[in-house]
Amino acid sequence: MKEILVLAEHRLGKLKDVTFEVLTKGRKLAQENNARLTAVVIGYDIDPLGEELAYYADEVLIYDDYKVKEFHSEYFRQVLSHIILDRKPEVILIPHTSYGLELAPSLAIELNIPIITDVLEISFENGRFVVIREYFGGKLKAKVTLRESPRYIATVRVGVSKSEKNESKGQVTKMQNLDLMDIPYKRVIGLIKPPPEAVDISSAGIIVAVGRGIGDAKNLPLIEELSKVIGGVIACSRPVVDMKWLPKERLVGLSGKVVKPKLYLAIGISGQFYHVYGMMNSELIIAINKDPNAPIFGVADYGIVEDLFKVVPQLISKIYGKMYGEENK
Amino acid sequence: MDIIVCVKSVPITTGAELIPDKTRKDVILDNIPFDINEWDEYALEEAIRLKERFGGNVTVISVSSRDIDEAILKCLAKGADRAIKIVDKLVAEYDAYTIAKILYTVIKSMKYDLILCGAQAGDDGYALVGVMLASLLRIPYVTFVKRLELINGSLRTVRELEEGFEEIVEVELPALLTVQTGINEPRYASIMAIRKARQKEIITLDLKSINFAESNFDGWIEIQEFFTPERRKKCIMLQGDLNEITTKVVEILRQKGILR
Repeated sequence: MKEILVLAEHRLGKLKDVTFEVLTKGRKLAQENNARLTAVVIGYDIDPLGEELAYYADEVLIYDDYKVKEFHSEYFRQVLSHIILDRKPEVILIPHTSYGLELAPSLAIELNIPIITDVLEISFENGRFVVIREYFGGKLKAKVTLRESPRYIATVRVGVSKSEKNESKGQVTKMQNLDLMDIPYKRVIGLIKPPPEAVDISSAGIIVAVGRGIGDAKNLPLIEELSKVIGGVIACSRPVVDMKWLPKERLVGLSGKVVKPKLYLAIGISGQFYHVYGMMNSELIIAINKDPNAPIFGVADYGIVEDLFKVVPQLISKIYGKMYGEENK
Repeated sequence: MDIIVCVKSVPITTGAELIPDKTRKDVILDNIPFDINEWDEYALEEAIRLKERFGGNVTVISVSSRDIDEAILKCLAKGADRAIKIVDKLVAEYDAYTIAKILYTVIKSMKYDLILCGAQAGDDGYALVGVMLASLLRIPYVTFVKRLELINGSLRTVRELEEGFEEIVEVELPALLTVQTGINEPRYASIMAIRKARQKEIITLDLKSINFAESNFDGWIEIQEFFTPERRKKCIMLQGDLNEITTKVVEILRQKGILR
């Protein structure tokens, strides 16, 4: 094997953490298969990013062009296609992100390269490209192979691998600008930054989080009461925001906040990865869920398989009773 | 505005214990209900809202292994005008690329302004079919769309990034969008409307009738073996009656200094 290529992702002049995670994963695969690891960074005015990436790869390719100032999947695809056709890497790794998923499937179709997404582990076994990934919202995992091909594309899950810097720097190569075909039918207008927020859940020490399991917005006051007696802040998983029961500033997960409180009480949350990503490093996780097979129990320290509408009121009265009792002593 | 919505019927696995079958390449889903994929439900709602504002037709397309598909009836009950079903017994074995090629074969000769797909499916989570279909059709696309607006014949979309960021992208029609959950609040279909939906136009096709070439069955993804994931932590399950459980919780919180 010759080369493993990793696409670096960056926003507002900074490389995203996932870039280093994917590069570290790529390096392991490269070492196992005697291949070189190459990072590709595409953007405008990005030399410093190239220098930073050099600590994570054998070579960094910088494509610096005003045309790719914004992430535009069709221009990025043209640049990557050129690089792949030119260098013929065996594996192309792309972060499993909003950008990655706008780009990777079309690259696969254009170049006829088998693709697999959201992978946790990658390896070659007897010449076959093998990955491990989740199915059914994390209830099962599977070992998956791709059809034999000279090269493969995989998008790699965010936040599940370590990133390790090398001692020495790899070579940095600035690419010549390409004559990119104009794409008048798709225009990237610009970024919208998250709006200022009334509450910052990421600094809370105690978080009481709710999910789809609360069933209706009218059940929120019960959870708010628990949060009050325990001295916590209310947060939630994605369906609760989708259904407009709570504002987005309360969202924990990939598209919201990453939190590390002393206590994370997960109530009626199934534990899909895009939520778990945001809370898995909490000091203490207690989960209440009716479904004994809910993936949330895979990250919790303590689990309660029960109806939350039975547990929560009892918990409130126990904690409240305790406080009240002590005050009277 | 004529809109096509691609819909997948998926197993609703909340509460279920999933077990691989003897071959381990498949999962036993016999007693598990199927419903419209959650992301597709938002895509359909968006299509119906566009139709209500600008007129036109909404066609739902689904590749399905089931002859009677409640999910499709539900789509029609909610307001889709007609459904095209491509029925094949082996659908569960086809990977995203094969499904995209089947959809492409049907859609390429249709007239449409917009194609909407869910951003991903709840069962496999691939997030591949939408963009693959757009690439095969060679039409512009935007993924993870959270808002959209029609301005002078172009679509202005807001797509979702991570950490609360969003991005504005404009595309010319015809285009394909993959829709993120939360873009709207999907309506419910009444049992009455579902019953009436059978009267709407449902076109049933199979791979033969759409001339889907044998050579197209060269999927990329092959599942070798399902297995139950190991837990990241050893979770201690609190046992007993409600009183015992809540007492334990309070004890734990006191030990950890969270409650005094």
